[in-house]
Amino acid sequence: MTAYLLKRLAIALATLVLASMVVFAVLEILPGDPARLMLGMNASADQVELLRNQMGLNAPLAWRYLHWVGGLLSLDFGRSYTYSVPVIDLVRERLAVSLPLALIALALSTIIAIPVGLFSASRRGRAGDTISMGAAQLGVAVPNFWFALMLIYVFAVWLRLVPAGGFPGWSAGIWPALKSLLLPAVALALPQAAILARVTRSALIEVLNEDYIRTARAKGLPYRAVLWRHALRNAMIPVLTILGLQFAFLLAGTIIIENVFYLPGLGRLVFQAITQRDLIVVESVVMLLVAAVIAVNLLVDLSYAVVDPRLRSRQ
Amino acid sequence: MKLWKTILAAAVLSLAAGTSAFAARTDLVIGIALEPPHLDPTAGAAAAIDEVLYANVFEGLTRIGPNGEVLPDLAESWTISDDGKVYTFKLHTGVKFHDGTDFDASDVKFSLDRARADNSVNAQKGLFAAIDTVDVVDPATVKVTLKNPQGSFLYNMGWGDAVIVAPESADTNKEKPIGTGPFKFQSWAKGSSITLVKSDTYWGTPASLDKAEFRIVPDAAAYVPALLSGDIQAFPFFDADSVAQVKDDPRFKVVIGSTEGETILSINNKKPPFDKLQVRQAISYALDRKAIIDGASAGLGLPIGSHMSPASKDYVDLTGRYPHDVAKAKELLKEAGLENGFKATLKLPPPAYARLGGEIIASQLRDVGIDLEIIPVEWAQWLDQVFTKKDYDLTIVSHTEPNDIDIYSRKDYYFNYDNPAFDKVIADLGVTSDEAKRKELLGQAQKILADDAVVGFLFELPKVGVWDAKLQGLWENAPIQANDLTKVKWSE
Repeated sequence: MTAYLLKRLAIALATLVLASMVVFAVLEILPGDPARLMLGMNASADQVELLRNQMGLNAPLAWRYLHWVGGLLSLDFGRSYTYSVPVIDLVRERLAVSLPLALIALALSTIIAIPVGLFSASRRGRAGDTISMGAAQLGVAVPNFWFALMLIYVFAVWLRLVPAGGFPGWSAGIWPALKSLLLPAVALALPQAAILARVTRSALIEVLNEDYIRTARAKGLPYRAVLWRHALRNAMIPVLTILGLQFAFLLAGTIIIENVFYLPGLGRLVFQAITQRDLIVVESVVMLLVAAVIAVNLLVDLSYAVVDPRLRSRQ
Repeated sequence: MKLWKTILAAAVLSLAAGTSAFAARTDLVIGIALEPPHLDPTAGAAAAIDEVLYANVFEGLTRIGPNGEVLPDLAESWTISDDGKVYTFKLHTGVKFHDGTDFDASDVKFSLDRARADNSVNAQKGLFAAIDTVDVVDPATVKVTLKNPQGSFLYNMGWGDAVIVAPESADTNKEKPIGTGPFKFQSWAKGSSITLVKSDTYWGTPASLDKAEFRIVPDAAAYVPALLSGDIQAFPFFDADSVAQVKDDPRFKVVIGSTEGETILSINNKKPPFDKLQVRQAISYALDRKAIIDGASAGLGLPIGSHMSPASKDYVDLTGRYPHDVAKAKELLKEAGLENGFKATLKLPPPAYARLGGEIIASQLRDVGIDLEIIPVEWAQWLDQVFTKKDYDLTIVSHTEPNDIDIYSRKDYYFNYDNPAFDKVIADLGVTSDEAKRKELLGQAQKILADDAVVGFLFELPKVGVWDAKLQGLWENAPIQANDLTKVKWSE
């Protein structure tokens, strides 16, 4: 178990170092000057140069990379060029939206997907299976911005139950803040749930064909008990893998939904920072996300060991 | 069943209570597409800064009115010396900044000197280039001496980049703007909204609104539902393509106004074959403005024939200079020795007018034998490649700065246009303040640009505003990019 853990940690660290180099290099190659962008079309070249100096953009590349990585190591993520506030403050504000949103969406998706997957697998080939998997197919196929707009028209414009968009902030109270995250969470959760339900179903079907399931049935265990106690637990590994991937996506890959609901989430921060060439924000946020994804994957790896005792002893 | 009825009744009641509360409304939520990078109008070119702060939080010596006129602001009046070089401004007294410090002539001197200093990063430093000295005569009088007479000086002082700031707060305005206007800054939830509240210490007519929130809505698809749900009551810069969805709804007012945004097909005048006049003229003949306006601005833009807004008093209609004429265009290309046509690139920045217009223009130019390769670019790339490095053949962009015909005389500007006769007109204009003479010079300048077919003049970007029908006082036109809320109020 310790060896397994150490190996995973070493891989995670190596990934982080490599990612920092790639991220920095890619953004440096990107054409576009943040200083010119801030000053616009009427500023002279001298003025742009002046601002570049003020922003520290004229320092040598290697020095800037080391300075940045050094900062990251001491948990100093730098200051945004455009906002001129510490990047970590921006990230904290955005996480206050993105993290709860991702968690709610993930919870919703799991609550919907696992029972649907179970239901489908146990009725394989019958009408119930066909209908629920058809619905799942639809869930994967429907573009989520369109689905989000439909939700807005029904629940915000017509029924007026929730706001059409925006985020009032947690200071406005837990309920108003949660309310503004409900529709985006549903819009995010459904396509994820559809994928997860399909994965759950196929994993379950595979397990249900195993010999030990037949043995369990043969010894007289009721079908339901076999499904829950033996099959589901063994089908969890692919499901957990997908859940890990989905969490990483939900944290920062939700720019489209954030735009439709004009939520100030992490995805929009990165997107806006890229268009404004706020390089330090992009670099630091992407590194944080890389770290988060690696951490989630590590957790998923560990959870494999929890659900599957064989993995613990093998390593 | 009974329970349901009770719940329904309660819901209806609360809804009714909610509506009746609208009657004495003094708050407003305004949708804006782009978030300002910071809140200091004197330190950035982003139009979003002025859209929130101009006239609301910050004021200048003069200001630009709803139709582009110069109005007194912090200066209640002024006199101009006979040689046109000395402006003496009489300032309002009893004016306070929002942090409680007093405003006087020394703040004016500080602001103007700061903007034109060597280390200034004011995005429109050119506005202050003519200033020689700024002197405080007494706390309510300031004297500005120019190096040479400048016709547009009072207008220049009305720009957002020329607002008056206090030495105590100048360095922190980016995060916490302190001005003298009828609204003061309250809060900025980054990525989400900026809230202004009425200032109790305002020197002039107080605002009707108690609170104004600018909410950032980056995606045009969200505009209509935000209006319909009542979350946002005004989009002063609405999406032209979504107008159809709200224009017949009596709850909303759709207002089509003018802007200062000349949308043009910029041409790299030094790059062969565009250095030949016939080629540029052929392009102008090949363009069908009507089709471009229909496709790129939902039919709302006004055609232009030179670099001037049709809303301007100095506008000369030159749209007939190059009527859409494919045969004529082909003939000119033949004269230029290009009867077999040629290939070129068209770089398109992100706005819809450019991306949609670009496709139409590419197909129109193909009809005369010019084969365009469309290259979509981001703004940062556009500024870098096209604007700074001049690495382009053709591009489409809207020049939104007001009264900016002088850009064609700027050395090293990205058009690569060089015409001493035009430069002379602009130089004369710079030192002329007589209105009639200015009008004549501006007319000449417009004609030269049209004759030289420097760029393809397409249309004036429309300002499409949509807001609650009960809302009054928002600007119909956009002589500058601003959302002046000083006269905005709810009827009833």
